[in-house]
Amino acid sequence: MRSRNFSSWPVVLILVAISLPILVMYAWLVIDSFTDTPPGALLPDEVTLSHWRFLIDPSVTGNVWASTLYTLIFVASVAAVVVSLSATAGYALSRLNLPCRRFFLAGIMVMHAFPAVTLIIGAFLVLQFAGLYNSLAGVIAIKAGMILPLGVWIMKGFYDTVPWEIEMAGVQDGASRFTVWRRLVLPQVWPGIIALSILSGIETWGEYVLPRVLAPTTDFPVLSVFLNEVKVPDSVNYNFNLFKSVGLFYTLPILVLFVFFQNRLMTIFGAGTKG
Amino acid sequence: MRITLQDFTKRFDGASVIDRLNLTIADGEMLALLGPSGCGKTTTLLSISGIHRIDGGAILFDEHDVAALPAQKRNVGVVFQNYALYPHMTAFENIAFPLQVRGVGSAETTRRVKDIARLTHIEPYLTRRPGQLSGGQQQRVALARALVRQPDVLLLDEPLANLDTKLRLEMRSEIRRIQRETGITAILVTHDQVEAMSMCDRIAIMDKGAILQTAAPAEMYRAPASRFVAGFLGSPPIVFVDGVAGGDGTLACDGGLTLPLPSRLKGLAAGRKISLGVRPEHFGTSGDARLSGTIGLVEPQGRETLFDVRLRGDVVLRSVQPARDDLRGGETVSWPLDVENLLAFDAATGAAL
Repeated sequence: MRSRNFSSWPVVLILVAISLPILVMYAWLVIDSFTDTPPGALLPDEVTLSHWRFLIDPSVTGNVWASTLYTLIFVASVAAVVVSLSATAGYALSRLNLPCRRFFLAGIMVMHAFPAVTLIIGAFLVLQFAGLYNSLAGVIAIKAGMILPLGVWIMKGFYDTVPWEIEMAGVQDGASRFTVWRRLVLPQVWPGIIALSILSGIETWGEYVLPRVLAPTTDFPVLSVFLNEVKVPDSVNYNFNLFKSVGLFYTLPILVLFVFFQNRLMTIFGAGTKG
Repeated sequence: MRITLQDFTKRFDGASVIDRLNLTIADGEMLALLGPSGCGKTTTLLSISGIHRIDGGAILFDEHDVAALPAQKRNVGVVFQNYALYPHMTAFENIAFPLQVRGVGSAETTRRVKDIARLTHIEPYLTRRPGQLSGGQQQRVALARALVRQPDVLLLDEPLANLDTKLRLEMRSEIRRIQRETGITAILVTHDQVEAMSMCDRIAIMDKGAILQTAAPAEMYRAPASRFVAGFLGSPPIVFVDGVAGGDGTLACDGGLTLPLPSRLKGLAAGRKISLGVRPEHFGTSGDARLSGTIGLVEPQGRETLFDVRLRGDVVLRSVQPARDDLRGGETVSWPLDVENLLAFDAATGAAL
């Protein structure tokens, strides 16, 4: 254990105080999904698993597993596109003598600064023109495109920290530039690849607006859209506890992912911010 | 393999860094490219290795011009200043990499890696990663990786710069031993004159992209071709005293000091401006002439003691003598000057006389 030169409990206390509302909200989210607490009531009453029946019974509010699969495909595709393009583009920007390199770097910064929503009409027009409107492929392309500037920038930062001499040594050892990249450089930026995969995965998992607007009538909505459409068939009442159960189901993978990978994720802020 | 640079020229962004440089390194010879930083020695090295494209001239390996070949196709081993070991691979994998890339079979690879590991004394460390090795061990792994594919020439770019003093001494003789045992032609780039002198058969001293002199270390130290070369070799460095030749075998310096000139310069025309070089070992131990002055700084260095002696006219000479502690700063001494071994240079051109 590292000795500290200041006591940490005041900091912990302040952080707890600030985080308390969020913690309370999460706690009630969990509690309400397992009880029959009426909306507005503070204290939970009886414990029940009835709100989780949607997991096995599609008649409750639709097929949640199909939506989950659909979301996973969405997330995995976006992450794959973002990581493969960022890993190659970042290398090119960091190492190769490209024409218009500075202009391209500046462009990436500007793209990253744009709020995604402002681009949605343009994205709609492009998809319409390409015939990809109302398809998962279209949404994947747009979502990946929105994350790419950040991804390329982060990967460029990681590549910048790999010493030139390693590549020189590789070339001298007789390897082609591609082999040098794949076998010598890529392993050095592996933390960046992992962090970027997780980051783009979390980003995409939480995406609501793009699938809602650009693929409004597909048969299987992604979970975020699914959550918005949670309702009890043949009923005018809105079942808040069911909504919270589905919401918790939707949030759970992200929480788990973050708990496991938070250290990896933090490397982005360590190495990736180096311009 | 004999390496020849013919009219080798290199420009960066149009600015000529090296202009028509000529150099030959004999087969099995170890040559030092010595010079201050920015003199173009590393550029020369990376051009021979193929990492820099050259802008003119030829690079001959024996008779073949390799100037147009990419680095991958030249059989050149390079040891970089920071070793450039692949951090995610073990020492074994690092050394095996050049062989794997060439498609050498795994049994043959293992055998050759083992052989070279034995030569470089790193057998116990083959399973470790670079991060788990000390500086000297990393250096040996880098050397093994450069040598394992039996290159035509071994290039060493400041290989000892990142080591501490003790290791540097050890690796100096180790590199020389390995070079001798393999009989490989080697080029060492360094700014450290001690390294160059102790490790190499010949030294090529560079400044501003040109080679000023190529000679064996002892020869270069004894008879430097120019003032720059004389100033670069030797530690503690040579002291230059500027003056005007008197025509009678003496040199008149500013401030009224008169120094004798070596007998080979007796015929020098009166009034010629020259720069006399006095190495610290030429003052204070033996010789015909005597100079008196006041001791300034005394630096005990264990085996030797170094003195700064202020003569007339504020000329300060250095003297290195076997350790003695009988003298203090401020005392007046009268010490001999080894006149015949003094070096003289033309004050304007710096050329040796």
